[in-house]
Amino acid sequence: MKSLLSILAAVLLSACAAPALRGTGDLGLVIERASGSVAVVDNSARAILGRVEGLGDLSHASAVYSRDGRYAYVFGRDGGLTKVDLLERKIAKRILQAGNSIGGAISQDGRLVAAQNYQPGGVKVFDAETLELLADIPAEFGNGKQFSKVVGLADVPGNKFAYALFDAGEIWVADLSTPRAPKLTKFRGIGSQPYDGLVTPDGRHYIAGLFGEDGLALIDLWKPEQGARKILANYGKGAEKLPVFKMPHLRGWAVAGGRAYLPAIGKHEVLVVDTATWQEVGRIPVKGQPVFVMARPDGRQIWVNFAFPDYSQVQVIDTLEQKVVQTLSPGKAVLHMEFTPRGENVWISARDDNRVVVFDTASFAKLAELPAQNPSGIFFTSRAARIGF
Amino acid sequence: MTRLSALGLCLLAPLATAAADPAPERARELVRMVRQDCGSCHGLTLKGGLGPPLLPETLREKPVESLRYTVLLGRHGTPMPPWSAFMNEAEADWIVRRLIEGFPEETR
Repeated sequence: MKSLLSILAAVLLSACAAPALRGTGDLGLVIERASGSVAVVDNSARAILGRVEGLGDLSHASAVYSRDGRYAYVFGRDGGLTKVDLLERKIAKRILQAGNSIGGAISQDGRLVAAQNYQPGGVKVFDAETLELLADIPAEFGNGKQFSKVVGLADVPGNKFAYALFDAGEIWVADLSTPRAPKLTKFRGIGSQPYDGLVTPDGRHYIAGLFGEDGLALIDLWKPEQGARKILANYGKGAEKLPVFKMPHLRGWAVAGGRAYLPAIGKHEVLVVDTATWQEVGRIPVKGQPVFVMARPDGRQIWVNFAFPDYSQVQVIDTLEQKVVQTLSPGKAVLHMEFTPRGENVWISARDDNRVVVFDTASFAKLAELPAQNPSGIFFTSRAARIGF
Repeated sequence: MTRLSALGLCLLAPLATAAADPAPERARELVRMVRQDCGSCHGLTLKGGLGPPLLPETLREKPVESLRYTVLLGRHGTPMPPWSAFMNEAEADWIVRRLIEGFPEETR
């Protein structure tokens, strides 16, 4: 009788101690760049669940997710790669993998995490489970004594990664199907100063934006033998370029309804391209120089934020009307936007106002304001299931 | 050569010394601008990114005047834009001198 009671007591106690089971499908991270911390957020409850600290220099930090949506891999500027457990809200593993890093990607099969580095210039590939280094691919160019900064790293089908070499004007595709023996395909002379890249949501086309000249470089990954070709060449023809105070960012979110919406460099415009022909089909005037041009998941709207000094506003383009239909002022220094998985809400970080603002994307009503220390990137776990995220 | 650059510095000196330091509030704005907006290319810690590092050891050997004009006018052929619309010459000079001696952290 006594032992039965103690068993009962033990069962009751353990039931109290165990955390409630939950999934991670509506969780995410907000990067707090100055304090080296990330806020773990719940996009159903519109709440901050807690913080994880000790991630180092998080200026320009970004995150990708494990396939199960439990772990975030956070890439810090100081070369830190931190695996964060969203459920336990703690660091599962952390390494310093480079001197100066700019982002990363996770492979199609979820087993490999790749980091793109400025210093030393190149890509490093790690085991997603243990963060053990599997491959080190220096971005050598010219006579082999120079190393380029790497930008625009994206996972592409076949356990490959595509990326661009800023200093060399090249695009490389690294096949990691044998992780310790990567096979490289190099596309040379793709254009001057590629600054970022994207893979289309179907994984077929890789596009690198060019800073040193007008246009973008396009590779059909289904027909790599055709090489790279220039699209939107001379989009700035005859017009004076404005100084660029912040580099735009490219990702596969720019594609909606058979069109790609791309930031024009040094112009207050969003460029519209038909993804069947890759010809320009329009330009949409906006308030400033676009930084992020992001389609709502259903493709009906495109949300745009801007470079300094126009960075306190956000504009919304209606894709049927092909024009701006709404201008919002979420706060000072809007750095990033992230849609909830099916797009009914958008989360926007306002760095200088130390807050994240949540909007309803249909009514544009403000739904919530969450306090955060100099928030920059917002990353929801729904990225885990998308190519190029 | 050293004498020439010393002469250059003497000629420039009146401008540099005549310019008073920015008022405390403006100084805070400039520090924030450098850390956050310059930081988007040069790194929040100024250790470099797409743009080169802006640390004392990388700038010390370079003439203040050319650094000041890089800030104000940008550098052709690189992504460095001109910042002259957002600060005057004395402020650019103040920023460059602070960078050379080790840039202040933001005060919150």
